[in-house]
Amino acid sequence: MADLMGNDLTRQSASTLADAISQGEVSAEEVTKAHLERIADVDPRVHAFLYVDSDDALAAARGVDAKRARGDQLGALAGVPLALKDVLTMKGVPTTCGSKILEGWRPPYDSHVVERLRANDIVILGKTNMDEFAMGSSTEHSAYGPTRNPWDLERIPGGSGGGSSAALAAFEAPLAIGTDTGGSIRQPAAVTGTVGVKPTYGGVSRYGLVALASSLDQAGPCARNVLDTALLHAAIAGHDPRDSTSINAAVPDVVGAALNGDVRGMRIGLVRELSGAGYQAGVELRFREAVELLEGLGAEVIEVSCPHFEYALGAYYLILPSEASSNLARFDGMRYGLRAGDDGSHSVEEVMAITREAGFGPEVKRRIMLGTYALSSGYYDAYYGQAQKVRTLITRDFDAAFAQVDVLISPTAPTTAFKIGEKVDDPIAMYLNDVATIPVNLAGNAAMSLPIGLAPEDGLPVGLQIIAPPMADDRLYRVGSAVESALVDTWGHLLIEEAPAL
Amino acid sequence: MSAHADELMDYDQAVSLFEPVIGLETHVELGTNSKMFCSCPTEFGAEANTQICPVCVGLPGSMPVVNAVAVESTIRMGLALNCDIASWCRFARKNYFYPDMPKDYQISQYDEPLCTDGYLDVIVPTDDGPQVFRIEIERVHMEEDTGKLTHSGGDTGRIHGADYSLVDYNRAGIPLIEIVTKPIPGTGALAPVVARAYVAELRNLMRSLGVSDVRMEEGSLRCDVNVSLAKPGEPWGTRSETKNVNSLRSVERAVHSEIERQSALLTSGGRVVQETRHFHEDTGRSTSGRSKEQAEDYRYFPEPDLVPVAPSLEWIEQLRASLPEAPAAKRARLQESWGITDFEMQTLVNTDALDVIEETVAAGVEQSAARKWWMGEFARSAKEQGIELSQLRVRPADIVRVETLIREGALTDKMARQVFEGVLAGEGDVDSVIAQRGLVVVSDDASLLAAIDEALAAQPDVAEKIASGKVQAAGAIVGAVMKATQGQADAAKVRALLLEKLGVSE
Amino acid sequence: MSAITRADVEHLGRLARLNLTPEEIDNFAGQLDVILTSVARISEVAADDIPPTSHPIPVENVYREDVVRPGLLRADVAAGAPAWEDDRFRVPRILGEA
Repeated sequence: MADLMGNDLTRQSASTLADAISQGEVSAEEVTKAHLERIADVDPRVHAFLYVDSDDALAAARGVDAKRARGDQLGALAGVPLALKDVLTMKGVPTTCGSKILEGWRPPYDSHVVERLRANDIVILGKTNMDEFAMGSSTEHSAYGPTRNPWDLERIPGGSGGGSSAALAAFEAPLAIGTDTGGSIRQPAAVTGTVGVKPTYGGVSRYGLVALASSLDQAGPCARNVLDTALLHAAIAGHDPRDSTSINAAVPDVVGAALNGDVRGMRIGLVRELSGAGYQAGVELRFREAVELLEGLGAEVIEVSCPHFEYALGAYYLILPSEASSNLARFDGMRYGLRAGDDGSHSVEEVMAITREAGFGPEVKRRIMLGTYALSSGYYDAYYGQAQKVRTLITRDFDAAFAQVDVLISPTAPTTAFKIGEKVDDPIAMYLNDVATIPVNLAGNAAMSLPIGLAPEDGLPVGLQIIAPPMADDRLYRVGSAVESALVDTWGHLLIEEAPAL
Repeated sequence: MSAHADELMDYDQAVSLFEPVIGLETHVELGTNSKMFCSCPTEFGAEANTQICPVCVGLPGSMPVVNAVAVESTIRMGLALNCDIASWCRFARKNYFYPDMPKDYQISQYDEPLCTDGYLDVIVPTDDGPQVFRIEIERVHMEEDTGKLTHSGGDTGRIHGADYSLVDYNRAGIPLIEIVTKPIPGTGALAPVVARAYVAELRNLMRSLGVSDVRMEEGSLRCDVNVSLAKPGEPWGTRSETKNVNSLRSVERAVHSEIERQSALLTSGGRVVQETRHFHEDTGRSTSGRSKEQAEDYRYFPEPDLVPVAPSLEWIEQLRASLPEAPAAKRARLQESWGITDFEMQTLVNTDALDVIEETVAAGVEQSAARKWWMGEFARSAKEQGIELSQLRVRPADIVRVETLIREGALTDKMARQVFEGVLAGEGDVDSVIAQRGLVVVSDDASLLAAIDEALAAQPDVAEKIASGKVQAAGAIVGAVMKATQGQADAAKVRALLLEKLGVSE
Repeated sequence: MSAITRADVEHLGRLARLNLTPEEIDNFAGQLDVILTSVARISEVAADDIPPTSHPIPVENVYREDVVRPGLLRADVAAGAPAWEDDRFRVPRILGEA
């Protein structure tokens, strides 16, 4: 283990920091302070954080140091700082979901993910920016202003979890939590040169995750390398009886897989429908190179067809708004958050409508309207009902593909990071960012995005998406680790090291 | 809400012109320890907002988990109602905004109810003797209750005219079972009575199953009453739905007044609109709520936060095998064993006395004595206090004790009544009331004879009459003795001693 | 699949309790129409014999024991409420019954 003294603590991996803390080379408090200083330094430009919880973070860090001093056994990530997406509740700490409607609300309870983080002595630095209620692919739909991509501050960091991905890429935190409903962990990872995993649906409890679309949402780990991601995955995954959809089975050995990056003999499927038209040239180039790399590492890559994927986007943009329109009904100004128009002259019905009009941004309203329409009587069968059937067909496509191969691969996103403002008024163009990630959410599979290089035309990161069958999350790490170490061997460092200084 | 009172037609005339078709949707709170989807307690009467958690207040991020006992109770109720039990069904969200509903949707069941297609037979007394009506059950499903609103400001305390309202979410999330009948035709003038008997029988059934104690005075049973009218031989008319009818008496009155209202409307050339009406306990009448034409579109869809309910056949059969005796079967059995008439049995049922009497008989009291006490003194006391028999302070064990003391000659009937008066008033159990009130039978012959002598001396003319064989005159002396002993003598014994003393026989 | 009119948008706004501005109503009418047209292709597939998927992972019969556990402190809930009176959430006057 390298001596960290004198090195920039914010440039280290989570596992390195955890080792150094447990060895006593640095204190958790020093590590947390270094990251808080980095945030103070760069976040005015990046705007990854909506709330920095310095006092609690330092107290938690000192708690870890005290444990170590007592000789207590420390967890694999004890004392490592983390950035938490603002869609997960944390007792007493503002949780806004990027929305004005929850401004100032401090939840009276911890989400399951936060409980797990605390139990693992991970230090939560604060809450990260996101598209309002996770609706978006650019973080431009945050009510608190956009987050900027550390690779180019004029560009988006992906979304909805752009705050978490930017925090990693800006070296404000070595670990982050994201949530992924249609790609909100993977696409931000792809466009910021970081790693993100959407676990199998039900792999991480949704208790305390403010729901966007309940049947699609999944919280997951984000980091700058595959092993750190696996360590965080292991820390937050597992059965929770408070989430009825939580899977009651052992968590796949993701850490073991990350330490054993060997793809020899693996069969890897290249999804024909997730390439071609609409994919940027540099994205396709790096993806083809990644395929060659995997073949060179001993994997067998074959092309597979998932014919119903072309309907995934349509089904998704009916299912998501439908569930969201219901999930977001509770934001009515009666029990928590914003209340507008309560001047004594308005009825409760009017105050609810005024509050929701004032508290929600345009994308949220658009999707609530869409979902309300899709569920309304007379349209249910044609829209919601039909979308659920498409979901069955997509799941069958995956089943057929996984009968032939161990994992599937595709580019994570069709393009590299686009410019802030470029697509914000064009919902369809924005929705197309998620075309490659959405099928996974519809079927409940596990998937990872990891960086595979920069697109030559713009010098921006490109992500590789790896998809595994449900509860085979370990395969993501096995493949991801193999690709990552081969690329590090080639480049001499992780891609993220090439990000410009801020 | 319409301010003017609706025209009503005389009931007898109404049912001579029209054939009512009724339907009932009954919501009952299940008697589980915890709520439907969270672990909060369900006790009635707690301080406002003290039985709440993130789930039942609908905090962002909270998630429901189904109470196993609520599912079991619903299946048992379905089986007792002779329903088919679904092998696979889901919860659904019913979306509408209302401040008593924490999530602005209610988790309910929509097109996949847990129980379907059952029936319940109810017996109604008529001039021609008891008549059985088979009430067809459409469905039984599970859902969650809403919070409780109180209305402030204004002058009525009612929703209308209030300045603002206050919400207590203790009740939000309490498990409800909803039992929906198919339309019930053919009840004629008996429609209100059949409706009442059906709800009473549902209540009996739920109590006998132990799935709910159905405390109607706490609002744990609520009915929506549908009524439509048809001219004989013609198709059913438009129906109205009267909401929140919360007592047996109100169910009967709601059907009754709705028949009168619709009849008046139809015969005066008006039409019945499909609408929601609100029943008012104070007047026994209903007023118009919102018309169904502007009704909410509930946008039902399968609840994605919950997984399907798929009870195994083994489980269902196990529950079926463990069902208690059905109330109707139990009534038939007891009626035969006690040798009582249909009318007597119906009276017991109507007074809600069957269970306590059965319990008392099981405790060792002769059935006629058990019936005498419960249907007499106790029923009167319960009625005065406006409570149910089972809520009286007197228990079957008290009756056992009193009956034993009477048999042993330690209490007279009159004294027994005094004992129960004390027990009902909360003075303690039988023995302590006897002790406190000093209720002792004066039974030693010496003191009784002394009292008799005194009475005879006071009324020599009466003494003469008796001695001359006019035995009926003995009453005056016995009465005087009873008075002298403050009722604590056994009157029969006094009489016997008196006649013996005067050397006459009956 | 018909075109979305302003009246449709107004109706949806009422159902969804959104007090939309005239400008929003115009915008949403156009945008919803575009979105619905582009998602309408899903009707090309999925015949009647395809079962719908509402839950991505097939799990059934998840229940909790009927046991009471501690919930939230009233003061913690009150702290987050926009208006609170007499230990209850205070809400504006209600026009219609549910």
